[in-house]
Amino acid sequence: MITLWFVIIAFLWTGYFVLEGFDFGVGLLAPFVGRTESERKQALQSIGPVWDGNEVWLITAVGAMFAAFPAWYAGLLSSFYLPLTLVLVGLIMRGIGLEWRGKVTRPSERAWCDLFVLLGSALPAFLWGAIFADVILGSGVAALVGGVFSLAVCVLHGAVFLALKTEGRVRLRARRAALAATAVVIPLAVVALPAIPAGGSVPGWIAAGGAMALLAAGGSLIWRRREGWAFAATAGAIALASTAVFVMLWRAPLPGLTPAEAASGPYTLGVLSWIGLAILPFVLGYQGWTYWVFRKRVMAA
Amino acid sequence: MDALDLARWQFGVTTVYHFLFVPLTIGLGVFVAGLQTAWHRTGKEHYLRLTKFFGKLFLINFAMGVVTGIVQEFQFGMNWSEYSVFVGDVFGAPLALEALLAFFMESTFLGLWIFGWDKLPKRIHLACIWAAAIGSNLSAYFILAANAWMKHPVGYEVVDGKARMNDLWAVLTNSTALAQVPHTVAGAFVVAGGFVLAVSGYRLLKDRRDMWRGSLRAALVMTAIAGAVVAGTGDMSAKLLHEQQPMKLAAAEGLEHDTKGAPFSVAPGIEIPKVLSFLATNDFDATIRGTESLQADFEKRFGPGDYRPDATITFWSFRLMIVFGMATVGLSVLGLWLTRRRRPVPGWFARTLLLALPLPLLAVISGWLLSEMGRQPWTVAGELLTAASVSPGVSLAEVAISLSVFTALYGGLAVAEVVLLARHVRKGPEEPPVPAEPLAPRREPSLMY
Repeated sequence: MITLWFVIIAFLWTGYFVLEGFDFGVGLLAPFVGRTESERKQALQSIGPVWDGNEVWLITAVGAMFAAFPAWYAGLLSSFYLPLTLVLVGLIMRGIGLEWRGKVTRPSERAWCDLFVLLGSALPAFLWGAIFADVILGSGVAALVGGVFSLAVCVLHGAVFLALKTEGRVRLRARRAALAATAVVIPLAVVALPAIPAGGSVPGWIAAGGAMALLAAGGSLIWRRREGWAFAATAGAIALASTAVFVMLWRAPLPGLTPAEAASGPYTLGVLSWIGLAILPFVLGYQGWTYWVFRKRVMAA
Repeated sequence: MDALDLARWQFGVTTVYHFLFVPLTIGLGVFVAGLQTAWHRTGKEHYLRLTKFFGKLFLINFAMGVVTGIVQEFQFGMNWSEYSVFVGDVFGAPLALEALLAFFMESTFLGLWIFGWDKLPKRIHLACIWAAAIGSNLSAYFILAANAWMKHPVGYEVVDGKARMNDLWAVLTNSTALAQVPHTVAGAFVVAGGFVLAVSGYRLLKDRRDMWRGSLRAALVMTAIAGAVVAGTGDMSAKLLHEQQPMKLAAAEGLEHDTKGAPFSVAPGIEIPKVLSFLATNDFDATIRGTESLQADFEKRFGPGDYRPDATITFWSFRLMIVFGMATVGLSVLGLWLTRRRRPVPGWFARTLLLALPLPLLAVISGWLLSEMGRQPWTVAGELLTAASVSPGVSLAEVAISLSVFTALYGGLAVAEVVLLARHVRKGPEEPPVPAEPLAPRREPSLMY
């Protein structure tokens, strides 16, 4: 039961990184791929209907940690106090920027919203990588590399998503951005990915190696203008990198803590399993349906 | 001043602030869904315009509720790690269920509603706003069940110094929660009703159009009905307080000694004989415990310490909650009478309705202060003290930094939200591009985001 809940939480975090990864990337790239107001709006509209639902993956992951592994939840959140304060500030700025952008009436206010979206995407994209790298490797350098790597991967993932979901100039610029991001991501990945499973088990190495291969594949697919496949590759790369992280965390979710020590009692884990497994298919179903409804490329207004 | 004090201030500031936006989300979502349903069923143009107008105000406010809510979920672990470790097994369950059952539904279907005006069949699009509104209301249930458990813990046992849940059903059907959920949700509908009243009153003064009389009447009905529910469930809560949280009841009344046929004090020195006993038990002669004798009991059970909540805050928040709440409901009942049988809305009344915006907000905030300050010195009644709940590893400086950052950011955003809402209210709904003619084909809804 403890194993099942660890897997569920790993799944929720992984879903969060894959889905918000491109939201963050789009938020970071919007001012650059969109030179005019209508192009910026077009870029942000690609994530408009889905970003809030994607963010709930985080809320659910953290809520599930609270319920299933209270000591992990409490230890992680209280020991990364200031970084998480900044994550929250970022998420506040991003949410407000995205929601209010279409409601404000003056260009100067819209510029503020754009800045909020940019900063609010950069902060969590960097900090989540830094926090998890610090938990596994326990050093400031690792945190810095992990943060820069996750920021760069989000830019790549977001650029590929924009190339897939938009039309016209934004799409062309997004493709160029994706190629440039690939050139930055690959060397970073060579440093960052092997560090995750170092001293760890075979599954960790397989996941990290797979992530490496998929990042390279993503770059080459976007070069060949296979945008759908490129997106699948970057999504898969993030999923595998996250898997490698959680394979390592399974041994110690926090230094000196094992999953069994952190876990709730069997009653709580059991009853939540039944409810969770009954509800999750519906959630995946209607979230998937949202992507289907908004499957068309977004045009410039 | 230590980290505990600042952590408490941070909880107070962020939670009160969060709850300025939440009730509007809960109530206004249903109101907008109702307007769209009216449009769907009658096809009348003005319902669509009202839907979009109030929908826009709803979304401006919704964003604030969402982003300030994330802080809440993180705050337990960041500032209150000892609390989190103690309660996670029980308290975490409704939080996880809230995210899984309510937040996914709310956010996903709201995204579909905002961007789906010209992409979804009308019926499905209408269903989306209802699903989002139901999601908001469901989330209220789960978080209030968690909150009720802090005041009246049930369905658990303490093993190795941690609470272990042994009955989820008991947690979800906690009598305290069953009284608190309708009380709080109905309070949210009063807030939303008050908001619509103030906005409609203002618009009516400006352009005197019939549709504002319509939204005003609907909000009057909503506020009056919700007000009745608030009063009824408030009475239930008072009776539960008598059984479950006698200290809070005594502090809220400033009652120091056990009293048979206890009076209700309107203000210090002004008392109505026997009414408190009646409110708490339905019996005019029942004995109500006082703070001093309860304090003696608590010391016997839990050892030395002060187990009395802050007398001033508890006493006055209770009275302000009642006064502000009754004033709002009074306004709505007066309005129903003034506008009965197609009578127009008098100008002076439309102006007075501006009060319907702040009054219920002050009432719900007072209610929360009573509920949570009256819970002190416990985080979990009888099990865990607030002083023992705080994160041991978090320094004063860290809490000071996060408290100042959130306060500054929240302050700025509050100003921005008020300016933005006021601007959209002043501008009014978008004018239809062509004057509506009886035979013209119905205008396609445009993208509103």
